[in-house]
Amino acid sequence: MIGVLRFLAQLALYVPLMVILGYFSSAPRFAHLPQDRALMRVSFSHAGERLRECHQRTPEELAKLPPNMRSQLDCPRERSPLKVEVELDGRLLLSLDVPPSGLHHDGAATVYRRIELPTGRHEIAVRMRDRPHGDFNHRATTTLDLPPGGSVLIDFDNARGGFRFRS
Amino acid sequence: MTRVNAISAARVSIGAMSGFRTTGVASNAAARPWVRIAAAIGRGLERAFAPEHNPWHQLGALGFYLFWIVTATGIYLYAFFDTSAAGAYASVEQLSSEQWYLGGIMRSLHRYASDAFAAIMLLHIGRELLRGHFASFRWFSWLSGVPLIWLAYASGIGGYWLVWDQLALFSITATAEWLDWLPLGGDAIVRNFIQPIDDRFFSLLIFLHIGIPLLLLAGMWIHIQRISHVHTLPPRSLAWGVLLTLLALAVAAPAASHAPADPTLLQTGLALDWFYLFIHPLQYETSPGIAWSFAAGATLLLCAMPALAARPAPREHARVDLDNCNGCARCADDCPYAAIAMKPRPGARAGQRFPVVIADACAGCGICAGACPSSTPFRSTDALLSGIDMPRRTVDDLRRELERALAGERGPAIVVFGCERAAALDSVRAEGVLALPLLCIAMLPPAFVEYALRAGAAGVVVNACHPGECEFRLGPQWIERRLSGEREPHLRTSVDPSRWALSFAGAGEERDLAQAVASLRAKTSAVEARGDRPRLRRLGNA
Ligand code: HEM
Ligand code: SF4
Ligand code: SF4
Repeated sequence: MIGVLRFLAQLALYVPLMVILGYFSSAPRFAHLPQDRALMRVSFSHAGERLRECHQRTPEELAKLPPNMRSQLDCPRERSPLKVEVELDGRLLLSLDVPPSGLHHDGAATVYRRIELPTGRHEIAVRMRDRPHGDFNHRATTTLDLPPGGSVLIDFDNARGGFRFRS
Repeated sequence: MTRVNAISAARVSIGAMSGFRTTGVASNAAARPWVRIAAAIGRGLERAFAPEHNPWHQLGALGFYLFWIVTATGIYLYAFFDTSAAGAYASVEQLSSEQWYLGGIMRSLHRYASDAFAAIMLLHIGRELLRGHFASFRWFSWLSGVPLIWLAYASGIGGYWLVWDQLALFSITATAEWLDWLPLGGDAIVRNFIQPIDDRFFSLLIFLHIGIPLLLLAGMWIHIQRISHVHTLPPRSLAWGVLLTLLALAVAAPAASHAPADPTLLQTGLALDWFYLFIHPLQYETSPGIAWSFAAGATLLLCAMPALAARPAPREHARVDLDNCNGCARCADDCPYAAIAMKPRPGARAGQRFPVVIADACAGCGICAGACPSSTPFRSTDALLSGIDMPRRTVDDLRRELERALAGERGPAIVVFGCERAAALDSVRAEGVLALPLLCIAMLPPAFVEYALRAGAAGVVVNACHPGECEFRLGPQWIERRLSGEREPHLRTSVDPSRWALSFAGAGEERDLAQAVASLRAKTSAVEARGDRPRLRRLGNA
């Protein structure tokens, strides 16, 4: 009798254990992207131009340096930050100033941004300036039809012609 | 487990848990509310499970057991797994559908046992927290547990990546975005997953999902180094119960994949495994910084627990007296915390080893004193010197107290030897009932039972903690086995079993202790009435 009761009591504990494990292993559902949304990601890594040009050191400048560092050409390694802008249907969506990486600010600047967009047809324009002065020197535009869950990636690869939209 | 001469395990009586006190105790841990909650959970579960099969007291063992299930099923899955990024998804799908009766079950078991592992681990932490088991000599068990949480989560989350479905893509992207939040410099990790993944990178994911669980296993092994006689498998009935539950779940709700991973078209509603992947929603609903604060904060808090804990009463450790030690190693065998090392000694015979107490690991439970053959009270020395003893409460103290107390009684009394953390001894102290507290019930050398009877006691009750609640893990188990003759040092079989009883009345179960005393008293009076009571004799060295 005790044995039967114990068995039933254990069953009464194992069943909820089963239900809890079964339920929370796949529910409730999580929408990292709402039903009617698409995702745009801007992601690339790019080294901007040097902040300053190399210049010939004057004899006075050279004299100030320790003897082992007296090289004629002075090339500061610091790079320009990137200025990146994205427009969606003519409205400015994103404007970023991305500093170069590295202790001496001489590395590539890395951009990663995720932005949820309404689904549907969009005109997307992206531009970037990777030098200290002047106007934007890289641009691209595209028109895309984004379904729910659709994803567009804005990538930049100088060697392959600059900005690319991938979706 | 057969209980020789035992009063059946005490029943739940939480209502009676307040307002007791034991003598000679600096701090009664059992009176703390958290400890009482832990005890109440265990005693509640005891309505369904036999005390020795109570899952509440088997959480660590269940953790190991689930780990083995996950390992075995994982090896099976790997045998059918295509290790290329392009083929992985299809191979898992194929296994789940074409081989649903075996491969599919294995896959589901692998998932559900992993979930159960996470749940059991959290319960295990909760139980040890409630019982205050994070400070003092337990620092090692506690701190070595903390990395296991990270390793368990890294293993579980990484497992979801190998399916390479939409959930995998989401989880790995979330993880990468989380890691990228740290100012580590370099290229963003997440950039690897916004385009189709390459095989080299996918191999790395597989390597991680094999390597991290191996590290977890190594960590689990380190985690139990400071405790001895560890169960890494639960009792059979519990093992079957858990396995059948997981199997039933695997059949009822087979684990399924989402659509294949596709970085250009993301699935918007995902069936998350909340046991492992809850950190992703946390990150997206708040921010990666907050998710980091949660993870790092919880880790730091756990690591700081040993230092933050209220300063415990100064703990003293066991002292060895080599003049009274023959090197039998019983103390080292019985020590629940592996705190005694047997080492050679200059001048001793070759091969002979003697105990050395590792002070930092010693709990101060006195179980070693109860194990030592030199602790027998029948030794005729004036002072009873054991090979290993507790300075706070020596076996000599115990013998003197016993003799003094018996001498003060008018008639034959019932002697209660009780653990100071179990049912309060004050509750039974009365005319004709003598109660002597011990640091742990297994501190009692079994010969004391016979000694008390021969010194004039009418009967002896040995009261241990409620099963599974021993502060020092093994006390009730050792005393039960020593009294029943299964373990050295044992109680001689010539001792009349009707004149002693072992009870398991824990803190708050004073009524059960009183009942044990009353029923032994009734038994011994019946014996007395029949006139076959052995002649009383005082032993000579009071
Ligand atoms: C990966 C999961 C874990 C497993 C498989 C595991 C397993 C075990 C086992 C088998 C024991 C021995 C129980 C006994 O025989 O008395 C134990 C004890 C202990 N565990 Fe864990 N453990 C895990 C995680 C943790 C964590 C995360 C913590 C805390 C942060 C922790 C804290 C402790 C403590 C304090 C003890 C000592 C209890 C005592 O002194 O009586 N464990 N664990
Ligand atoms: S007092 Fe307890 S923990 Fe310390 S050495 Fe003796 S048996 Fe081991
Ligand atoms: S049990 Fe006693 S006699 Fe045996 S090794 Fe330990 S201290 Fe020595």
